[in-house]
Amino acid sequence: MANNRVLVVGGGLAGLSATMKLAELGIPVDLLSLTPVKRSHSVCAQGGINSVNDQTRQQGDNEWNHFDDTIYGGDFLPNQPPVKEMAYWAPKVIDLMDRLGVTFNRTPEGYIDRRRFGGTLYKRTAFAGATTGQQLLYALDEQVRRWEVEGLVKKHEFWDFLGPVLDDNGRCVGGVAQDMVSMEIRTFPADAVVVATGGCGLIYGRSTMSVFCTGSAASRCFQAGAKYGNGEFIQVHPTAIPGADKLRLMSESARGEGGRVWVPRKPNDTRPPKQIPQSERYHFLEERFPKYGNLVPRDIATREIFNICVNEGLSVDPTRMCVYLDLTHIPRHELDRKLGGILEIYEKFQGVDPREEPMKIFPAVHYSMGGLWVDYEANGEGGLLPGSPRNQSTNIPGLYAIGECDYQYHGANRLGANSLLSCIFSGLFIGPGIVNWIKSNKAAADLPKSIYEGALSKHQARHKKLLSNASGTGENPYLLHQELGDIMTRAATVVRYNNQLTEAYEKVSAMNERAQRCSLADTGNWTNQNVIFTKSVQDMIPVAQCILKGALMRDESRGAHFKPDFCMPSLSATDPTERRHEAEKWCDAFEENTRKYLKSSICSWNGHEPDLTYEDVDTRLLKPRPRLYGLVGGEVIEEVWKQRTRNQQEAAPGRPASKELAGAS
Amino acid sequence: MITPGPEAHSARRPSKINVRVLRQDGPGTPPYWELHQVQYEPDMNVISVLQKIAAQATTIDGKKVAPVAWDCGCLEEVCGSCTMVINGRVRQSCSALVDRLMEDNPEEIQLQPMTKFPVVRDLVIDRSRLFHSLKRVQAWVPVDSYFDMGAGPRIPREDQEQNYPLSQCMSCGCCLEACPQFNKVEVVRHPGESDEAFDARKKEAYESEFIGPHAISQAMLFNSHPVGKNLQKERLDTLTSTGGIQACGNAQNCVAVCPKEIPLTTSIARAGRAATLHAIKKLFDR
Repeated sequence: MANNRVLVVGGGLAGLSATMKLAELGIPVDLLSLTPVKRSHSVCAQGGINSVNDQTRQQGDNEWNHFDDTIYGGDFLPNQPPVKEMAYWAPKVIDLMDRLGVTFNRTPEGYIDRRRFGGTLYKRTAFAGATTGQQLLYALDEQVRRWEVEGLVKKHEFWDFLGPVLDDNGRCVGGVAQDMVSMEIRTFPADAVVVATGGCGLIYGRSTMSVFCTGSAASRCFQAGAKYGNGEFIQVHPTAIPGADKLRLMSESARGEGGRVWVPRKPNDTRPPKQIPQSERYHFLEERFPKYGNLVPRDIATREIFNICVNEGLSVDPTRMCVYLDLTHIPRHELDRKLGGILEIYEKFQGVDPREEPMKIFPAVHYSMGGLWVDYEANGEGGLLPGSPRNQSTNIPGLYAIGECDYQYHGANRLGANSLLSCIFSGLFIGPGIVNWIKSNKAAADLPKSIYEGALSKHQARHKKLLSNASGTGENPYLLHQELGDIMTRAATVVRYNNQLTEAYEKVSAMNERAQRCSLADTGNWTNQNVIFTKSVQDMIPVAQCILKGALMRDESRGAHFKPDFCMPSLSATDPTERRHEAEKWCDAFEENTRKYLKSSICSWNGHEPDLTYEDVDTRLLKPRPRLYGLVGGEVIEEVWKQRTRNQQEAAPGRPASKELAGAS
Repeated sequence: MITPGPEAHSARRPSKINVRVLRQDGPGTPPYWELHQVQYEPDMNVISVLQKIAAQATTIDGKKVAPVAWDCGCLEEVCGSCTMVINGRVRQSCSALVDRLMEDNPEEIQLQPMTKFPVVRDLVIDRSRLFHSLKRVQAWVPVDSYFDMGAGPRIPREDQEQNYPLSQCMSCGCCLEACPQFNKVEVVRHPGESDEAFDARKKEAYESEFIGPHAISQAMLFNSHPVGKNLQKERLDTLTSTGGIQACGNAQNCVAVCPKEIPLTTSIARAGRAATLHAIKKLFDR
């Protein structure tokens, strides 16, 4: 395979793990990134990475439980085989990162320490202080640097990916990109292209994401024909520090280490937090969710915090909405050892020591569960078939997507500390499949040059056209971006209403045309950040349309997608017989809703807007069941549901219980 | 490092902020100062100031100019991108809060690119030399493969607590900016020069100069890892050759400016001892 090359776009956890694995398999890689890869957004991940481990195993945990928690936490929306494979790989992924020298926190005996994260009852999360993403990224960055010295990896940093190059049969045979310093546009012939470009938080203006996370690379693939799945599922993280330029994440690990969320029971209580006695503090998560407490899944914690401020008027600050996240009961040295990184962030940006004063936090846009649609090939046990070129492949042959920019692993809601896992897992797992893809295809190096010249001139024309819009009468790209962010934040975050979504969709669609009329303050051809930014704003719009359209059409509530007009109510009857009857009806409604909406929403670009279709979810291993965290009457519903499941199994004895089918492997 | 919250200064809030930026259109062109003015808002940092400047693209005199170019990423001081010289001090612009800066100098905020790296444009500089130093010290654990071989070696908590701070180095370059022994190296591309030829010249130029405190500290980090130390000799060879540890003048500026408070001088002292032992050993092994 001397003539073969792979182009990897994006140098976060997913892109770097794919790069190092491909290099190990002997494939030269061109690694393209908007920034030196060591500065990729993965550095912002704080809390940790999940896997079953020796300790949880002896408490009854296993890979199957991790799989089940992920599916249940994701409200049954992800296809199950990839998630199962990921859960079974998780211990191996952490072992590998350990061997690469990641400075995971240790127990006194020298084992990797673990903490608890949301949506599970086990301590599965390995961590390196509160900068786990940074530490994992550095370990991968170091390995890739090693391959760079070996000559198998060529880095192209400060390059902007403009789109895939397709041959006449629609196969992806490389990419087009622009040097952000010299502004040169060139093609990168490649036998496969791996897009690992992360999330799209900038569509919301301010989020917890880095400035690179525009989603424009994924959008460029989408506009070239790749399908985009489950766009409407955007995770709003419960705890972030509001800021003028960015909403800074305050990791779930703060709660994992014992942090408590509360507000004063009395509205507009002006006393300083430490003077409010315990009895007058409303620990609303603990009271409403006794089983999971402060560690309910993120979508639920976010809605509760939002609700307590917006509807119940219990915000702790009269000028802006926020609640307390309190760590002050935990010893200082313990906090410094396990959470130092995030406490410093709070201290530096807020000027208050969170070891002494409760932090003030509010939810913020954080993660995109949706992304480029990718395929998979299942094996007999319901996991993935290793080495299959279909795994992680978009619908454009030869174009792969991994990490946050794919739609595969987290369904309607991602569990904390599962994203680092999905990024590294998909990056490592994809390697052998790509090798097999390359073997079965003609080398890109042998293709006619005209294919590349065509793609190049198209992008050069786009660039020239933008630079010529210098009149100063057109749209200001920075203000247009702000406007887009405001619309998206208002219509498509925690609570969604159809009239608002309709209005937002119309406004954003009109922006498509306005964005073409952006006029630039810089028309030069040297480090022109103005033109790079304008292109990314233009390309945010199609993805914003996917988010809005997906949200508008989905008349239900599932995970992070919450519509008050379409949600399953709590039980209200007090009489046991009536309550049972109500629960039966609830389960009927649930089954009907599952039939109608347990589907991935799939967008394809028609040149003007996304066309939306639906695809069945692969539920071969776990039958969808109601997600009942904290629901009033949940115990009765659960009883009814279990009875139904038993009845169904008796009626169809040939089909073994799903747990036995796959849990045995 | 406790700083008073913005509430404390409400009485002195100005309505506008003057921002003086040292601009440069490209490599080899002369730098020039330019004065901008932006609307004051509570909780601003230098990033939000620069965002406003980019959106306005107009100087205080109303002259239309190209937006100021600058580099940024995470905006929470973990990526290292947005390092620049602010009011004479090297630091990240995301954690440079306007209210604090106004306390020191209410008249204006001064922004300059780092001086030890070639300017690409305005506040954007080329830090490839910094990353090249990491290659020179082979800052990685030389594992056999990425196959599943079980867990890594058990690490005492004490070792983790020593290594974790070193591993937080985000390659921002503050230590290099402050180091009197680290001098600017600017290799200018010849017309028509190929990428390979240009890279080779840069490598040669970089390797004849001081490697820098960040790389010395990384060498110590990997030398103390049970498998990382398999390359210990090679790292010490680098640290005892041209541009190695002997170039350090012990000014201790590096540790003073490190935003992550990494004990760089401790690493340098450790490297110095290890290098001496290494040199003696080499003498006897001859």
